[in-house]
Amino acid sequence: MLKDQDRIFTNLYGIHDWKLAGAKSRGIWDNTKTLIEMGQDGIIDAMKESGLRGRGGAGFPTGLKWSFMPKESDGRPSYLVVNADESEPGTCKDREIMRFDPHRLLEGCLVAGFAMRAVAAYIYIRGEFVQEAINLEIAIQEAYDDGLIGKNASGSGYDFDIYLHRGAGAYICGEETALIESLEGNKGQPRLKPPFPANVGVWGCPSTVNNVESIAVAPEILRRGEGWFSGLGRPNNTGTKLFCISGHVNKPCNVEEEMGIPLKELIEKHAGGVRGGWDNLLAIIPGGSSVPMLPKDICDTMLMDFDSLRDAQSGLGTAAVIVMDKSTDVIRAIERLSHFYKHESCGQCTPCREGTGWMWRVMQRLVSGDAEVEEIDMLINVSKRIEGHTICALGDAAAWPIQGLVRHFRPVIEERIKSRKAARAA
Amino acid sequence: MSQVIETGKAFEFTAENVEKAQKFIARYPEGRQQSAVMPLLDLAQRQNENWLSKEVLEYVGNYLNVPYMRVLEVATFYTMYNLKPVGKYFLQLCRTTPCWLRGSDDLEAVCKNKLGITNGETTEDGMFSLLEVECLGACVNAPVVQINDDFYEDLNAENFEVVLDKLAKGEVPPKGPQIDRTNSAPEGGPTTLLEKTEGA
Repeated sequence: MLKDQDRIFTNLYGIHDWKLAGAKSRGIWDNTKTLIEMGQDGIIDAMKESGLRGRGGAGFPTGLKWSFMPKESDGRPSYLVVNADESEPGTCKDREIMRFDPHRLLEGCLVAGFAMRAVAAYIYIRGEFVQEAINLEIAIQEAYDDGLIGKNASGSGYDFDIYLHRGAGAYICGEETALIESLEGNKGQPRLKPPFPANVGVWGCPSTVNNVESIAVAPEILRRGEGWFSGLGRPNNTGTKLFCISGHVNKPCNVEEEMGIPLKELIEKHAGGVRGGWDNLLAIIPGGSSVPMLPKDICDTMLMDFDSLRDAQSGLGTAAVIVMDKSTDVIRAIERLSHFYKHESCGQCTPCREGTGWMWRVMQRLVSGDAEVEEIDMLINVSKRIEGHTICALGDAAAWPIQGLVRHFRPVIEERIKSRKAARAA
Repeated sequence: MSQVIETGKAFEFTAENVEKAQKFIARYPEGRQQSAVMPLLDLAQRQNENWLSKEVLEYVGNYLNVPYMRVLEVATFYTMYNLKPVGKYFLQLCRTTPCWLRGSDDLEAVCKNKLGITNGETTEDGMFSLLEVECLGACVNAPVVQINDDFYEDLNAENFEVVLDKLAKGEVPPKGPQIDRTNSAPEGGPTTLLEKTEGA
């Protein structure tokens, strides 16, 4: 188990003072100037060496992402955009950072923004997080008043602003180009790439969009050294990670743990175990609603990191672990997710707009059993025609939970159809 | 599709909100005032009893010098803009899988049996509106209902009824977890962050 001294989010549960004085006592804003004195290349190299992979779901190397930003301006300013639109079902970690450790995020904005030569950071927070936005606004004001950001931020000679932008209820705005559209005051509909945001992002300027957790851990990595971070976890899957454990466990919770922790250990040590014991486990969605579920036998030995979960045809995603015990109607659990994706499709691409609704309607019939067995294959076929055929990954995300369901629980679906037929015949 | 309601009543920001609106606009680069459409719609909705009429949308468009159609696009795309009046207490009940696994159906039943409303309806006295929403992002404290700006967490049929009773009497029940628990720490106390560390 990760030692407390290696945990970054020391106020995860909001027990301590989240404001500036409390933040400083936890080591945040401690001589931030020296981090900036590492220079742009020094910071980016250290981030690359640390092995940090983006904490928003895709797991792209953070340092490498920062290095895509232009080193010399062609006259356009550069921006850091923080993705705080946390909406992936199962995920509730960035919320804790923003309401209980907002200064950790703000310090990260300054360091990351400096490294990518940005003039300002825009934090895009989901609209429902009202209290979290209030806390962040207070923290931003505190940081300005204390000279930590703004002109000559933290005495570094670098000018850097931080602004908050509240969303208004749209999952799709967690997609980086949809988020940029929304920040510009438009409907949140994703853009085609290329051009990539590092070239043409918000207001036509170079931009990098990073998840809250990725930005918030950066100062601590630089302070303690990239070797400290890369020494935790497993190769290519380094560091610590916030896990959200929800569903049928005795004590649902958020916890910071080491990457690569066994799934079973994570649940038994921190979440009080599966309701009714480990043998009562049916399946787990290991990384937020978009990743395919895993049945118990795979969960028994699964390690929680990007590569291990990818090898099991699932994914670490946002590390939101949704646990389902044997009482769960697993078809209905996925039908709910299908409704989610139907509701959240932005409507821009036909395969997603029409396909998510079509899949949901079939899923509803699979729940009741009013279907033909052949429709299972048809459903998979349609899901493959959505996956990979849309501008953004929402189409993929809608397809994968259904594919995971059929891959691991096909007999359950067939059985329901057959017993429904038998009941009608009787 | 959403229908925009025309009330015949003009709308304009209060002096205090004009000040706030100017601050929002100042957050974005020169000439990019369209970016302020979202914060201004939120501000207007708060001033206008939590919903947006056609007149409000037109006012925001004129205020920012943005065509009405662009404002309408935004107002209809995002779910948090209410295009019809809602009750004093706007209940947003999460029904996505993590909340469903932990009993959101029971909360829906409470709304039906106790308040007599289903998804999209408002009580006759105008006190409560119910909207079933997708994931609110508080999944380890499921099930969750957002009531106006606040999250009520770790709900069950009993404690949800207590919350509703208090609201009906004009009291404000404490937000957050409705069971004995500190935020998102496991019930019974944290398993981590127990070592005494400097400053903690």
